[in-house]
Amino acid sequence: MKIKDVPQDDDGFLQEGKLRDLCYAVDDDGNYKQVLSIGWNPKNEAMKLALQLVEEQVEKTKQEVIEGKLSPLAYYMEKSIMDIKLVSQYSHIPKRKIRQHFKPDVFNKLKSSVIAQYAKIFNISIEDLLNIDKIKNL
Amino acid sequence: MKIDFKHKQAAHCENGVISNLLNFYNIHLSEPMVFGIGSGLFFSYIPFIKLNFIPITSFRPLPGFIFKRVTRRLGIKTKRFKYNNSEKAMQELDVFIEKGIPTGMLVGVFNLSYFPKEFRFHFNAHNIVVFGKENNTYFISDPVMENVETLTYDELAKVRFAKGTYPPKGRMYYISEIPKNINLKKAIVKGISRASKDMLNIPIPLFGVKGIRYLAKRLKQWPEKLGDKRAALYLGQVIRMLEEIGTGGAGFRFIYAAFLQESAAVLEQSWLLNVSKDMTAVGDKWREFAYLAARTFKKRGTEISTYSQLSDLLLSIANQEKAIFNKLKKISL
Repeated sequence: MKIKDVPQDDDGFLQEGKLRDLCYAVDDDGNYKQVLSIGWNPKNEAMKLALQLVEEQVEKTKQEVIEGKLSPLAYYMEKSIMDIKLVSQYSHIPKRKIRQHFKPDVFNKLKSSVIAQYAKIFNISIEDLLNIDKIKNL
Repeated sequence: MKIDFKHKQAAHCENGVISNLLNFYNIHLSEPMVFGIGSGLFFSYIPFIKLNFIPITSFRPLPGFIFKRVTRRLGIKTKRFKYNNSEKAMQELDVFIEKGIPTGMLVGVFNLSYFPKEFRFHFNAHNIVVFGKENNTYFISDPVMENVETLTYDELAKVRFAKGTYPPKGRMYYISEIPKNINLKKAIVKGISRASKDMLNIPIPLFGVKGIRYLAKRLKQWPEKLGDKRAALYLGQVIRMLEEIGTGGAGFRFIYAAFLQESAAVLEQSWLLNVSKDMTAVGDKWREFAYLAARTFKKRGTEISTYSQLSDLLLSIANQEKAIFNKLKKISL
């Protein structure tokens, strides 16, 4: 790759002065030099695809929470790109129990200490974790 | 306490941490040099190990390998630590910093507050150096960032004890001993030989040149086997791995080409300049692959011709890389 071919396709992911990709490219004499890049379309598209998938899953779970089929726990798990295994590792709550906590009736009866444990993992307050109206507007 | 540590950005975090730590001890090696001595160029496609339900494609060795190889080949001694308890892990870090030792460590990316949100996936093998603490704030040299960053005690403790695949468990390391004389030439030759062996000779078809061919073969069947949507996903994932954060544009191939160019001068072997050019050419072909792949998965539609085109491109990349490493494996002092 020549220096003039180093892509500068800004798609809002990277930021000048903070985080840009460091590329190695050849100058006119064929010597390798470092050049900063603000982004490259194929990479941006791959990022968007990955984020879009997360978004689709979050949206689907959100609807199920609003319809009362799932507890807010399921929503915040998806939003944090986690799965049950990872939630279990962070919370030290067994996977089997977490699955139970996806049921709104079970979730609503949980001890506040358990709710607090979950809230901490997702970096949100206990009130937010319990507030389904808030999820509607997210 | 703030150690006089020079932060320099790198394309890849592991290279960058090594290069910056060595620089502190007056061993000045560029990022490409570190990458080459550490035999950082590799390829593996492991369809039966999945990350987010998608097979793993990797363009470099396992995390930590480059560090181990570079230090071993240069005769540098290191100390490594791993913890069960975050308070202890943080307390010992404070002790090292008080002693003036810049300390490298593994962290998870998901809670790394200075990273843009879009990049914060659950990836646990990111390397940074901590080189100071004032009040409750740590000074961080993160090689992919342009400038020095900071993290609070709680933030750092959290990323050091991220959970998930390959949890960092507070792992940290520092350089404890530097030999009087460093034999750079010998280290370069070792680095190149090992990379050649890994790319050519691993008798399992998932690794090296054989791995690229294997991916080519599988990729051709994706639309038929997986359907349009999943095929697009798989392809997107390959591009995300190829274009890992920090390394733009088939980065690893170009870093290696830069390494070969530098090595030609150090070893006084000009034939390496030609191989460097070949490597640049193959890097450009990987870029072409990424470009075509992105066009394909963006549509999320079947165009069988595109998948077979991509497959053919991979096969020609495999042939070119084979030719390159067949030349490189003959290296000697």
